[in-house]
Amino acid sequence: MVYPAIIECERETPMSEMSENGGGYGRRGLLKCMAWAGTGVVWTVSGGVPRSAVLGGSARAAEMPSGELTFMQISDSHIGFANAPNMDTPGTLREAIAEVNRLKGNASLMIHTGDVSHLSRAQQFDTAEQIIRGAGLDTHYVPGEHDVLDENGKAFFERFTKGASKGYYSFDQQGVHFIGLNNVQDLKAGGLGNLGHEQLEWLEDDLKGRSASQPIVVFAHVPLWTVYAEWGWGTDDGAQALSYLKRFGSVTVLNGHIHQILQKMEGHVAFHTARSTAFPQPAPGTAPSPGPMKSVPPGQLRSLLGVTSVAQVRTHSPLAIVDTTLSA
Amino acid sequence: MLSSVRRPGRSHWRGSLLVAVVLLSAGGFLRTVNAQEAAISIDNFTFKPAEITVWAGTRVTWTNRDDIPHLVVDAKDPGAMKSPPLDTGDKFAFLFAKPGTYPYFCALHPHMQGTVVVK
Repeated sequence: MVYPAIIECERETPMSEMSENGGGYGRRGLLKCMAWAGTGVVWTVSGGVPRSAVLGGSARAAEMPSGELTFMQISDSHIGFANAPNMDTPGTLREAIAEVNRLKGNASLMIHTGDVSHLSRAQQFDTAEQIIRGAGLDTHYVPGEHDVLDENGKAFFERFTKGASKGYYSFDQQGVHFIGLNNVQDLKAGGLGNLGHEQLEWLEDDLKGRSASQPIVVFAHVPLWTVYAEWGWGTDDGAQALSYLKRFGSVTVLNGHIHQILQKMEGHVAFHTARSTAFPQPAPGTAPSPGPMKSVPPGQLRSLLGVTSVAQVRTHSPLAIVDTTLSA
Repeated sequence: MLSSVRRPGRSHWRGSLLVAVVLLSAGGFLRTVNAQEAAISIDNFTFKPAEITVWAGTRVTWTNRDDIPHLVVDAKDPGAMKSPPLDTGDKFAFLFAKPGTYPYFCALHPHMQGTVVVK
């Protein structure tokens, strides 16, 4: 059985242990797993159980098992933002891409989970695209809410999701099925992220007939599960999307939006949110609002920004066993 | 303010004149209020005040004091009122001509909500 794998830095500190200072990560955490930009974050899911390895320290992309699919994720570049704690988002994006180049090994592609720009301006899209091209990787984008401020996102879709005028699409790569979703449009007052009826129907259709053993990677901007409803960190109809994915033996959900790493396993589904390349946001409920963390001590900004590497690992562990009853 | 107590010895007619004068002034006051401005501040992902009551014909101006952009959109009918993205320091003004209750929200952060009550 082949699993998509994301290897996580072991130092990941549980939310409850985060300190107020230093952007919320304890000093011990910082020392254990920070190369530049804080992270290469890579998980291994073997037998459905995540294992972790330090990337950027002892491990490098070259040590990753070869021959399997690997890919990179960046998120929330917010080109156009220039305020505390980051006056130079193009600069930190450039550093992130340099890190991608260092870590990518034989990565096949990269995904960007949205908020490419800060205000959906053409100039900002231009700058981002140029810098991201520096990774030399085929890059697949999904929009963040900051990317669809003008004309319902027309400019973003034309540039970043060619052929998918609504910002959602799917493709296959080395046997893994990738699904990019758009959950940042038609947002309702008091609501969270939103996929909408049409997109859900498309998703159900897209998954129909696929073998349950095909690894699936779903990527969207806002977390598909409810991280913290009070701050809008969730997707109103995310549960319905996840219900279509339930029968698959290996599902990986990659999101952005919250500018910090959170992850969980639920059955065969691994959820992971990425760091931003622009600025960190506070852990749920630890601040009056989810805005940028302004009081990051000098020199520590980069330890709170990062990139993600994802690798598919063919494991020697037990096969993924998916049980169904005759009455299912 | 209007005394309705009839004092012994005072003519009723004089009391009525007082009332008429006061009413005329009140009418004048109302006209002034109609041309009024009202202000809402956006800070820390919150509209302040969250609920505001104004007379019909008031122009309400939102000012974004937050360091993240916000949008002001009519919650019931997004076409009726939709601001451009407001960066820090940007303002958006809207004239509320008709009485009614107008809930609105931030299209970027939909959990941010407010109401303009127009009398």
